Amino acid sequence: MKIKAIVQNDAVSVKMLIPHPMETGRRKDQNGVLVPHHFITEVTASHNGETVFHAEIGPGVSKDPYLSFQFTGAKVGDKLKVSWVDNKGGAETAEEAITAM
Amino acid sequence: MGISRRNFCKTIAGSAASVAVLAAMPGKLMANWSDKAFAADKLEDAIAAKYGSLPIEESTAIQIKAPEIAENGAFVPVTISTTIPGVTNMSIFTPANFSPMVASVDVMPRMKPEVSLRIRMAKTANLVVIAQAGGKLYRVTREVKVTIGGCGG
Amino acid sequence: MKKTIQRRLLTGALVLMTALVTKPAHAVNYQALVDADVKKFQGYFRKEFPDVKFEDYGDGVYALDEDARKQWKEMEEFPPYELDVEAGKALFNKPFANGKSLASCFPNGGAVRGNYPYFDEKRKQVVTLEMAINECRVANGEKPYPGFKGDLAKVSAYMAYISRGQKIDVKVKSAAAYNAYMKGKAFFYGKRGQLNMSCSGCHMEYAGRHLRAEIMSPALGHTTHFPVFRSKWGEIGTLHKRYEGCNDNIGAKPFEEQSEEYRDLEFFQTIMSNGLKFNGPAARK
Repeated sequence: MKIKAIVQNDAVSVKMLIPHPMETGRRKDQNGVLVPHHFITEVTASHNGETVFHAEIGPGVSKDPYLSFQFTGAKVGDKLKVSWVDNKGGAETAEEAITAM
Repeated sequence: MGISRRNFCKTIAGSAASVAVLAAMPGKLMANWSDKAFAADKLEDAIAAKYGSLPIEESTAIQIKAPEIAENGAFVPVTISTTIPGVTNMSIFTPANFSPMVASVDVMPRMKPEVSLRIRMAKTANLVVIAQAGGKLYRVTREVKVTIGGCGG
Repeated sequence: MKKTIQRRLLTGALVLMTALVTKPAHAVNYQALVDADVKKFQGYFRKEFPDVKFEDYGDGVYALDEDARKQWKEMEEFPPYELDVEAGKALFNKPFANGKSLASCFPNGGAVRGNYPYFDEKRKQVVTLEMAINECRVANGEKPYPGFKGDLAKVSAYMAYISRGQKIDVKVKSAAAYNAYMKGKAFFYGKRGQLNMSCSGCHMEYAGRHLRAEIMSPALGHTTHFPVFRSKWGEIGTLHKRYEGCNDNIGAKPFEEQSEEYRDLEFFQTIMSNGLKFNGPAARK
């Protein structure tokens, strides 16, 4: 997953792009076979052990989910931790340093 | 925006312990994926599954930024935000999809009540955003025209 | 109105070709002939869209339609092709079985988008970036990447990304090069397929206008921004993949990635965009 966390005015602007097929379970592949559903169900971000972002998402979110939000109380150099889990038990956690504009 | 932790915990996971678990174990499958809400195939059922029977009123204090005519239903860029004080959750629904609930964002204490994401819309339909503050729900609706459906067609 | 431009340009082409046959080869300034074509072509768009800045043609439809532009800008906040550029970089530097890599074939760390396409005077054919990528692989004992998408598109995306801003300045110096240029030009203006349409019909006369639910992109700037992540494909793809899809759409025979037809077309189209800058890879609907 790719994370950009940049200080903008009084807050940190976070943008993330998570490679994931987000299969709806209703798509047929080129052989006409139904591709089973496989999508991210939860995304969480924390700073200094405190959750600053928590979202539940489903197959209505586009492939390679893009999420962007802003939060306060952090400064350049601090670390932002982002995690996600999907409906098949897949998961990823990454940390990104907060940078200046 | 500045609500007490206790009230906040009541609304999402029901206990302070859950919040600690969420923060400390990000790699594990977390509780509370709103299964029923995401599985519902009717807009009203999805809203009810997510929020119970709380009263809903229309609001002009929720903003939806979305295209008039989406270029491609597979990637519709949407930004939702609100100025309603004490918001704890914002969710997006669209009857365009077989599963109308798209996403639910808990507005954490340090988070600005605004989120951007890219969603799928199978056809021209309304986007419905609901914000929860206290024991009330607020709603705004906005139509987005879709020229090519976003479900792999 | 529709037929006028095509007829005029095809007639002009025929007149020129006749003139070429009668003139001794060393006396013909092919570059001047091509430059005159470019001036006419770009002049057509300047006249059609007086409010559009020349540099913005690299953004295609987004230079012409506000609602579409806003959505494109949203995608640009964190473009899906960033993932492909990263993957492409890894592939570019990945060692072949013989220890070399794509990096061994391309100078400047791979920032050579601006050098393609060009006419190879020795081999008497147009060489494109994707063709050069696969020739490097084959020359080093590797299988060529399959066309249209996947690794080929990812490597191309990386090389395009690090070459952003390079000016388009394709030269036509010889009779053979001019011949390839004219083939590409004939393809562009010629009608084809069950729907009997030409590239110019949609992308010149209907540029900026709706054909059913689609807004036609202007031909000027067509090849500046490839490869593209098309929302429709849900992945990154090459220019020739786009040509193929477009030919298919009008019921015309599609050609293969790096076929002579598509290389000549790319040659012509890129020349028509001389003066613009390469700005790939890009996100498109």
